[in-house]
Amino acid sequence: MNRAPITSAGAGSGSYKSYAAGFILSVVLTVIAFGLVMSGVLPRPAVLFGIFGAAVVQMLVHLHYFLHLNSSSENHWNVAALIFTILIMVIFVGGSIWIMYSLNYRMM
Amino acid sequence: MTTDASTIDSVRTEEIEHPDTIANQAFGFWLYLMSDLVLFATIFATFAVLRHNYAGGPTGKDLFHLPYVFGETMVLLFSSATYGLVVLAMRQGNKALVLRWLVVTFLLGLGFISMEINEFYHLILDGNGPGISGFLSAFFTLVGTHGTHVAFGLMWMAVMMGQIIAKGLTSPVQSRLLRLSMFWHFLDIVWIGVFTVVYLMGVM
Repeated sequence: MNRAPITSAGAGSGSYKSYAAGFILSVVLTVIAFGLVMSGVLPRPAVLFGIFGAAVVQMLVHLHYFLHLNSSSENHWNVAALIFTILIMVIFVGGSIWIMYSLNYRMM
Repeated sequence: MTTDASTIDSVRTEEIEHPDTIANQAFGFWLYLMSDLVLFATIFATFAVLRHNYAGGPTGKDLFHLPYVFGETMVLLFSSATYGLVVLAMRQGNKALVLRWLVVTFLLGLGFISMEINEFYHLILDGNGPGISGFLSAFFTLVGTHGTHVAFGLMWMAVMMGQIIAKGLTSPVQSRLLRLSMFWHFLDIVWIGVFTVVYLMGVM
C-alpha cells in the first residue's frame, strides 16, 4: 500500500475541527435563511437581503472548510479559475435578467 | 493485445502514483467543476427569467413545502460532513472506517435523491408537470439537473466502495476519493443556490 502525502489544492488537508466548524456554521446559516422566510416577520427587502447574504456566506464557508480553498500559493490557480468562473456567471445571470426584464418592460 | 494492455496499465500506474500527478488531477477536476458551474449558471439564468411565467398555473407559493425542503437541505449537508470524515479516515489509512463513512454518505445521498424524486412524483401526479408553465419547465430543469449530478455522484461512490474492497487504499484510489469529495462538496454548494433562489424566493 503506497500512501503518498496528498495535499492537492481543492481537496487539501482538513481536520475534525474544520469539518465540524464548517458543518455547524452551515446549519446555523441554513436555519437563519429558512427562519427569515418562514417566520415572515421582516419586510420583503430585508428578507431578500438576509437570505442572499446567508447563501453567499454559506458558500464561502463550504469553500473554506470543506474544499479547503484559501489564498495560499498552491491554491493560486484554483482561486483564479473560480474568480474567472464567477465573472462568467455574473455576466450570464445578470445579463439575462437585465435583457429579459428590459424587453418585458418595452413590450408592455 | 494482452501485452499491450498490461504495458499501458503499468505506465499509467507509475504516472498516477506520483504526488504531483495527484495534485494535477485534482486541479484538472477543479477546472471541470468550474465548467459545470457555468452550466448551472445558464440554467439559473433561465430560471431567473422564467420564474414568474406561471401561464395561469400554480406558483411557488402553492407548490413548495419549506419544512420538506429544509429536511432535504439538512440531509445533503450531513452527507457533506460525513464525506469529510471519509477523507479524514483515508488520511489515517483506516480502510474499514473509510468504507463505513462512505456507506453513511451514500445512504444520506440516496435519502436526498429519494426525497427529490418523491417531490417530482407528487408534482407530476397532481398535474403540475414541466409542461404546465415556463416556471415549472425551468424548475424541473434546474432541480432535475442538480439531482442528476447527485445520482451520478452516488454511482461514483458505489464504484469507489467496490474499488476500496478490491484494491485497498492505493494512491490511485485515494486520488479518486479526493476528487469525489470535491464533486460532493461542490453539489452541496450548488444546492445552497437552488434552495435560496428556487424555494425560498419562490415562497416569498
